[in-house]
Parts: sequence; C-alpha cells; structure tokens
Amino acid sequence: MKEPVNEPGEVLLTMSGIVKTFPGVRALDGVDLEVRAGEVHCLLGQNGAGKSTLIKVLSGAHQPDEGEIRWLDRPARFSSPDAALRIGVATMYQELDLVEGLSVAENIFLGHEPHTLGFARRGLMRARARELMRRLGHPEIPPGREVGLLSAAGQQLVSMARALAHDARLIIMDEPTAALAADEVDNLFRVVADLTAEGVAVVYISHRLEEIRRIGHRVTVLKDGRTVGTNLAADTPTSELVNLMSGRQVETVFPHREANTTDVTDEVLAVEGLTRAGEFSDVSFTVRAGEIVGIAGLVGAGRSEVLETVFGARRADAGTVTVNGRRLRNGSVTAAVAAGVGLAPEERKSQALLLDQAVASNVILASLPAFSRGGFSDLAREYRVSREMLERLDLRPPDPRREVRTFSGGNQQKVVVARWLVRECTLLLLDEPTRGVDVGARAELYGLIHELAASGVAVVLVSSEVPEVLGLSDRVLVMREGRLLTEAPANELTEAAVLDMVMEGSEVVL
Amino acid sequence: MSDVGEKASPAEETEREAAPAQPMAASGRFRVDIRLASLLGVLVVLCAVGYFLKPDSFLSESNVSSMLRLAAAIGVVSVGMTFVIIAAGIDLSVGSMVALASVWMTTYATQEMGMFVMVLCALAVGLGAGLVNGVLIAYGRVVPFIATLAMYASARGLAERLSNRETQTVSVTSYNEFFRGDILGIPVLIWMLAVVFAIGWVVLNRTTFGRRTFAIGGNAEAARLAGINVKLHTALVYGIAGLCCGIAAIMVVARTTSGSSTNGMFYELDAIAAVVIGGTLLSGGRGTLIGTLIGVLIFTVVNSIFTQNNLQTDVQNIAKGVIIIVAVLLQYGTTRNRKT
Ligand SMILES: Nc1ncnc2c1ncn2[C@@H]1O[C@H](COP(=O)(O)OP(=O)(O)OP(=O)(O)O)[C@@H](O)[C@H]1O
Ligand SMILES: [Mg+2]
Repeated sequence: MKEPVNEPGEVLLTMSGIVKTFPGVRALDGVDLEVRAGEVHCLLGQNGAGKSTLIKVLSGAHQPDEGEIRWLDRPARFSSPDAALRIGVATMYQELDLVEGLSVAENIFLGHEPHTLGFARRGLMRARARELMRRLGHPEIPPGREVGLLSAAGQQLVSMARALAHDARLIIMDEPTAALAADEVDNLFRVVADLTAEGVAVVYISHRLEEIRRIGHRVTVLKDGRTVGTNLAADTPTSELVNLMSGRQVETVFPHREANTTDVTDEVLAVEGLTRAGEFSDVSFTVRAGEIVGIAGLVGAGRSEVLETVFGARRADAGTVTVNGRRLRNGSVTAAVAAGVGLAPEERKSQALLLDQAVASNVILASLPAFSRGGFSDLAREYRVSREMLERLDLRPPDPRREVRTFSGGNQQKVVVARWLVRECTLLLLDEPTRGVDVGARAELYGLIHELAASGVAVVLVSSEVPEVLGLSDRVLVMREGRLLTEAPANELTEAAVLDMVMEGSEVVL
Repeated sequence: MSDVGEKASPAEETEREAAPAQPMAASGRFRVDIRLASLLGVLVVLCAVGYFLKPDSFLSESNVSSMLRLAAAIGVVSVGMTFVIIAAGIDLSVGSMVALASVWMTTYATQEMGMFVMVLCALAVGLGAGLVNGVLIAYGRVVPFIATLAMYASARGLAERLSNRETQTVSVTSYNEFFRGDILGIPVLIWMLAVVFAIGWVVLNRTTFGRRTFAIGGNAEAARLAGINVKLHTALVYGIAGLCCGIAAIMVVARTTSGSSTNGMFYELDAIAAVVIGGTLLSGGRGTLIGTLIGVLIFTVVNSIFTQNNLQTDVQNIAKGVIIIVAVLLQYGTTRNRKT
C-alpha cells in the first residue's frame, strides 16, 4: 500500500455558509460541509436539493456568491476546475463529461496528458489507462477504443478512471452508481475502500440509501439548498434520514398490486428469435396487456439493446417483433411509435432531452399530433398537461416553461419519463426509468406505472436495481451475455437468486 | 461479447452540466426580448447615422420603399435559411437556386405561356432543387455543407447553360405590371416579404412542423427516439429553403425585369449572416425569425447608407464584416451578463 496521502482523520475541507444563486433560484442557501481524510462522506437530499451545485462549487465549476471554503484549515478559493485539480480535488460529474470522439486513454488524461517537451507520451498514457481500467475491474476495455462507442456504463467507468488518474486527495462522486448494475457497484466500492485506506477522502452522492449504509462514514443532508443534518452517522435510521430530506414520511415500499386479471389472449408484444450480432441472440418473449415484465441482468447483458431493437431504434439481424398482432417494420422507430410503442431511453442527455428547450416542449415531443389541431400547436394545453404530469412526479420547480438544462439530474429524468406517460401507448418500454430519481418521486413513479398497467398498458422495464425489478414486475426475464436465461413470476424469485443468475449464470432451481 | 456493450447510436451531447448555465427559461421570453432589443438598438443607431448623413433623403418615403424592395428577396431567402439552420443544417446553394429559378422562369418557352406559368415554374424549380438537397442530405447521408456546395456549383452552371449567359428580359407585361406595382400603396414585393415572413413565423412557432424543426436541431437522436420521422422532415426543411428561393427569384426578376444566371450572387452569405445576427444558433435548435428579419434590415440600411453617400463597395464590405461581429458580440454580451 502507498503512503497515506492525507493524515487519517484530519479535517481536509470545511465549507460554511455557501450560497449560490441562479437567475430565479437560490440553489444553495447557506450550506455547511466538513470532510475528513479517509472518510466517505455522503450527501443526501431530494432531487434539486442542491447536491450537484454544492459539489460544482467545490470542484471550481461554479463560483459561490457567499460563504467560506477552507482547505487544510487555510482559506482556499477554487477558481476553476483546473485550480481545484491542482489543489487535489477530482470530480466525477453526474452528467458524463467525456469527449466522444476521443479514445478511452485520451479522455482519461484530457488536459493533463503525460508529455515530454510538449509531445504526448502515448505509450505511457495507454499503459496507465490500462492499469486504471484493470483497477476498476474492466481490463477488457481497450485504452484505444473510442468513448462514443462504449455503453453508458462503460462511459461511467471511463469518467471514474479519469477522477482516479489525478492522485487526488479528495474525490467527489456525483451519483456514480445510477447507471451501474450490482457487480459494477461492488467494483466501485472496492476501489473506494482502497482509496479511503490510503487516506483519500470521498464525497459520495447517491439516492440509494443502502449504498450509504455499505460504504458511508458520515452523512450530510441537504434540503432546498440548506443543510438540515450535518455529520450524522451512516447508520442513522432510514426513516430519520428520509424525514430530514423531505420533511415528510415516505414509504419506499412498492405499492401493492392487484393480481393481473387480463385475458391470457391479450398479447400486446411478441418477440420471436430477436438477434443482433455481438449484442444479443435468439431473444423471445411476450407481454400481455396490463402486464409489467421486468428484465434483470448486468450492464452489457444486452437489455437496453433488446429494448431499442424492439422499438426499431436498432435494426435486428434476425427475428420479428409483433405488436397487437401486427409485425413491426424492422429498424423503424416511426412504425413502432405509430403502433403505440414508447421507449424512455437510458441516456437522458444524448437520447432524450432537448436541453435548450422548455420542459413542456420536451414532455409533448412524442405526442405532437395529439397536442395540435390541424397542425397547429395548442400551447395552453401543452402547458397544462405537462404541469399536471410533472406535479405528480414532483418536478422541482414544477414550471413547464423553464429550460430543461436548468433542472437537476433527477428532475431531468422525470421529464424523460413524463414524455411517455402523457402519450397514450399500448406498450411502454422503460429503460432505467428511476435513474437518479429520489426516494419520494420514485414511489410516485412506481404508482404511475402501476396505474398504467391497470389501465391495460403493457410495460417492459429494465432496471439495474434488482429490488425494483422484483417489486414492480409481474414477471421477470433474466438476461446474461446477450441471452435470455430464465423467465419466472416475480413473486417466485428472490433478490439473491436473481443476482446469482445474472452473475454466475448458475441456473437456480426455483 | 465485451462486458460493456457497444452502443450503436453515438450520443451527441457530452456537454458538461458544469458548463456555464444558460439563463433561466422562466424568463425565456424576457431573454429573447433583450437580445432582440439589442439588435433593434443596432438598427435604430444605423438609421440615425443614415439620417444624420442625409437628413432630407434617408428617411424619405421613396428611400425607405426602395430599401425595403431591395431587402425583400434576400429576406425571403433568409426565412428559408432560418428553418435550415434551426434544424442544425446549412444551405450554401440558395443564391444559385435563385439564379436557376430566375433563368428558368424567363426562358422564351416559359414566358410564352404567361405570367401564371412563370410563377409556377419558379416555385417548382426552387422547391425541386431544395428537395434534391434535402433528399441527398437526409436519405443519402451527405453532409449538408457538401451537398449544398455541390448544388451551389451545379445550379448556377445549369442556369448559365439555360440562358447561354445572356440576360433574358421579361416581356410579359402583366407580370411586370403586377409584381412591380402597388397594393394599397405598398409595393407588391414588400407585401410578398411580409406574407412569407408571417407564414414562416406561424409555421415555425405555432405548428407541429415548427416544433419538430426545433427538436431535430436541438437533439436529432432524441427526436428520432420520440418517433419523429427525422429524415423526411429534414428533406422537407431543405425543400422549404428551395421554395423560398423560388419566391425570391420571382421578386428579383420583377425588380430587374429580367432573368440572369448572375442573379442571387452571394445571397448565401448575406442570408447566413442575417440569420446568425438574428440570434439563431449555427448549431441548431434555437432561433427566431424576427431576429432574422432585423438582421436583413440591418444589412439593407447599411447598403443604403453607403450608396447614398457614394462610398465604395470595399468599404461597404469591411463595414458589413464589422457589423456581423458587433451584433453577435452584443447579443453574446447581453446573455452572458445574466449568467453567473
Ligand atoms: N444552471 C442552472 N441554472 C438555473 N438553475 C439551476 C442550474 N443548475 C441547478 N439549478 C437549480 O438549482 C437547484 C439545485 O440543483 P442540483 O443540480 O444541485 O440538485 P441535486 O441535489 O443535485 O439534485 P439531483 O438529485 O436531481 O441530482 C435546482 O432547483 C435546479 O433547478
Ligand atoms: Mg445532482
């Protein structure tokens, strides 16, 4: 093991009374934070509470309006991301910040390429990149691969490697696990444990409380831009944390569900032998009206790829997709949408959002004809319907005229899901619908999905969180390495059994 | 299969959340107003300069009317260009399409069939050339810059061929009478600009077609995954640009009473400049037609100031360049101030 980078237990960073305003919003309104060397300090708070803004102040991306930052007990100013890096603060942002056209290695060392006399040392760069990817448990990602070709999780790993490449004394992770599946999370936590053992401090943001129990040491809770709980122990009861975050009691249990009573013949989706070379092969399943089918599997198992192929966003090499008895044209999203299929995609920024446009425009994007008369938009109705939907999903602030860009990550996710909730689909494909969404809004979203199913919509759900798949679905499909392993009613599966299947592939006898 | 699956659809947006935030959208209207206000400011200042230099003639009815008639054709072209640029495209061929349509509608054969056929011919030629651009770009996957560069060269070439590089004078008197005349005391050319502009504004801001144009320019992948037929729509947007060139050809022919393969020279530059000055982002997804119109007017006023004061075109071009930069910086400044 290396020399400790910091004296264990010493106070590395104190932030006090931090205020940051954006036009019309006080994102931070007096926040305090204290981070010690060698600890994992968790930040908790609802969507829009100000977590990402706080860490952007810390990483030099935003300048605070008021407040004091002390680093190693001396006043410090993080005037730019570069300055923060030089002091020893590295950040993994919530939204990926990679250059897609560059390779993995080039992204990892972007801005601080190892060089001699101005010439980049490409060999060294690659070797170090390979080493970092190995440390993250992914030696198979070649340092020369173009980042745009990696999946969301692959990109997340690269962004992680980039933070590690700096030998920082404080690493900030803003929802690093939102796109990761169980095994990736384990890998990440191993890396975090190594880091803290070396005395590196980690500021960790997540909406998954169980993760905070696993790796957190202390917790700071934010609510509406203020600190409402500082330096709590990581084993503070859930109810207390949730109460602090939301000021109310939230039951995180999955809503109770009436047994599905629709006629067995009401088959909405039939997928037959669907294959895409190198992604998945021979995938067949059906979904009935009013049924929720969950797909569990690791990242890279081909779940998102299957959904996108069913939706026509990718062209199948073989196999058929039939919706309501009619075969869909291969590789045509327009045909799928016309047949009543909707897909809330995995990557909100690149695949779903018009960041510069108003929330309402984003929400109605898939239902333009329904919100117009004779080709003319009905703006008043757009605003009204978006507002109603987003109030249910607890968008903060619930203003349909604001640009999507100005919302927090979890709130942007709500906009993505809302788009398909306002369109009346017969088949809804949800790819990680709760990515980055906080506990309270999540419960609301589950309720909405159940309502949809009750009204006869067929739902296919992909989620990295096994409890979510089990709790929400009627039937669960398990995928591993591009193949469908098992199919079983959700109530006959346990979390452990599913994890076992997706990881080892041992066919558990039920 | 690699553990981390390949992704077929390359994601476009990698911009970091940490980038300086855009100004609030709740004040979206407000912001647009500030931008437009600063543009209007530039226009007013220029008018004032023109007035001080030539107090008796600059704001006279005849000069204003002649300025507007000159602005009309380029204004119509700029409306089409605004659509294209909002959809994150570019059209370098507008000037050549104007030339081609103006030549085609004034050949002997066409003129013989009368004014109505001439007009239809110009519209059809413009629309057709625009659709060729659009189909190449949307379905043939040729980059807009290249596809329209090819049209830029070949449309003008075809126009030269059709006309043997000769100016074809319009002898159809009904055509000249109508398009060079007035309605309610206002020249027909200005009416045409107003109508095209109004229709363009409604289509862009009040119809699903316009919403889709913004969506495609803002994030084409998101638009596609929302079920929008991005290819068809892109082709149609270039079709609109072509149609606008057809209309502009009618106007140019009316103003000069002739069709010539040298018509519409540099229209692509003027139109792009007007659109960009008007605050439309070259990267697509954002823009206003009102801004474009003000951009066109700014150029017209500059031209008029220079011709009235007998200044050389070289000075005029230098001034144009400076104005482009000043107008863009000014808008950038007003939005920037509101950021941090
Ligand atoms: N660039 C911006 N312009 C305007 N408002 C902003 C901007 N960035 C953030 N905000 C606002 O600041 C508040 C805090 O946002 P922040 O991103 O810090 O939330 P968060 O706690 O990270 O939420 P999440 O859990 O959803 O990621 C929100 O109300 C958001 O709308
Ligand atoms: Mg956040």
